Amino acid sequence: MARAVSTPRKIVNTAAGWAIGLLIFFPILWIAVLSFKSEGDAILAPLDVLASAWTFESYGLVQSRSDYFGHFWNSVIISLGSTALGLLVAVPAAWAMAFVPGRRTKDVLLWMLSTKMLPPVGVLLPIYLICQQLGLLDTRVALVAVMMMVNLPIIVWMLYTYFREIPADILEAARMDGAGLREEVLFVLLPMAVPGIASTMLLNIILAWNEAFWTLNLTAADAAPLTAFIASYSSPEGLFYAKLSAASLMAIAPILIMGWFSQKQLVRGLTFGAVK
Amino acid sequence: MATKASRIAARAMISPSVVLLLGWMAIPLGMTIYFSLLRYNLLMPGPKPFVGLENYAFFMTNPAFTEALVNTLLLVGGVLLITIIGGILLALLLDLPLWGQGVVRIMVIAPFFVMPTVSALVWKNMFLNPVNGLFGHAARALGLQPFDFLADAPLASLIGIVSWQWLPFATLILLTAMQSLDREQLEAAEMDGANALRRFIHITLPHLARPMTVVVLIQTIFLLSIFAEIFVTTSGGPGNASTNLTYLIYKESLLSFDVGAGSAGGVIAVILANIVAIFLMRMIGRNLDR
Repeated sequence: MARAVSTPRKIVNTAAGWAIGLLIFFPILWIAVLSFKSEGDAILAPLDVLASAWTFESYGLVQSRSDYFGHFWNSVIISLGSTALGLLVAVPAAWAMAFVPGRRTKDVLLWMLSTKMLPPVGVLLPIYLICQQLGLLDTRVALVAVMMMVNLPIIVWMLYTYFREIPADILEAARMDGAGLREEVLFVLLPMAVPGIASTMLLNIILAWNEAFWTLNLTAADAAPLTAFIASYSSPEGLFYAKLSAASLMAIAPILIMGWFSQKQLVRGLTFGAVK
Repeated sequence: MATKASRIAARAMISPSVVLLLGWMAIPLGMTIYFSLLRYNLLMPGPKPFVGLENYAFFMTNPAFTEALVNTLLLVGGVLLITIIGGILLALLLDLPLWGQGVVRIMVIAPFFVMPTVSALVWKNMFLNPVNGLFGHAARALGLQPFDFLADAPLASLIGIVSWQWLPFATLILLTAMQSLDREQLEAAEMDGANALRRFIHITLPHLARPMTVVVLIQTIFLLSIFAEIFVTTSGGPGNASTNLTYLIYKESLLSFDVGAGSAGGVIAVILANIVAIFLMRMIGRNLDR
């Protein structure tokens, strides 16, 4: 319900809102500016930066000096692969828990959640040593597997909260009409579940794309996704502002766009249904 | 109405997830506990004798441990304080009628989607760097001596960077909660002559108590494991001034190759996280019954 608000008051609100919004957004805006400057101009004082010439050269240099798209591709494979595998395992589990709840369903759900609360550093050494033994260090296979496990509890939970909202009566009706389990899932449940599955997918791609504990610890050069690649700019000799900006902007742009579409799902997914 | 057949089917559908997560949690955690009882250093091949709790004693008597523990608490506490207070203020502001609300909201939420290594490096180089950073330029423009944030106030700088990343999360959740608040209640209070502050304290704040608790608990879980931000900015330094527990364990494990001590640290981190997790789980569990 819209409250009647006087125009001067709305102008004040708007000014305050935009000022604070721009302040918070400024670092992202600033790397966007720096990414279109030459390396020499990017370290000037802010006003001189704005006055200097615009150029695309950093974007080309990022690719030619380091295999940027190789790392980009690693990020794509790791985030999409782990999300797809996670959904494959989680959809049946969440479906069963939502529609055929047993006595222990709640315990299982909470237990799954508890695995997410395990600090990753608590299992860093075993995972590292297992990967080393299996020759999986610095491979995408290891990261897809690890990332899937890291996010599996969130996937199951999110799907569960979505599936639970599908009225069970509809399934009853389908069953009455003679639908078997397969038809029930394929023609009744899935169409109603698609939005929930899509949001879950979106949020998990975002989480996997940005994950930076396992990616930093389990990769070196070959399988390094963008999180680890950007980290290589941390060395003092790597003070290349323009190139860092270009690489950063390309790394965050796809996720920023996806993130804007998934604000609501973020709340649901990361609070495990505690806030809707 | 679940038949026996559907029960069996349900169990079969749940078990892959359960087995996978059990393997992911139980096996490595068991290994960590086992390693923590051995004298085991990757640089020293040979037997790995059982040494009981020696690694725990070694890890916990290390002065770096106390320092890391204090840093962890300061980091988590500082970020929580900033994000909760900032989040409430921002949510109140974004809840007001204003032009371009959607765009402002998008700008406020954006930092959450920036990967940790990018946000930490951007802050480190483009803002906090005393020579070329924006704050350095600003200080010189005002005739002041630029401040070397990451060298002289590493932990405070990290708190700032991490708060920037998590403020959107707190704002988004508190805003979502605020929008479910009954407007008529607020209007009734307004008619009864309650001013804005009293309306906030007596109606809005109690309504936000639950989402605030959720924000605190969930952020704590993530903030206890802050790693990438430290990795790319200060590497825990100078000295151990910005080393948190996670980073200390990482140093012990993969830089000193002391598997025993690193694992003991890992077990301690798990125990600490569990204390927070128990409260969170209880809240979420209560919610499931509803």
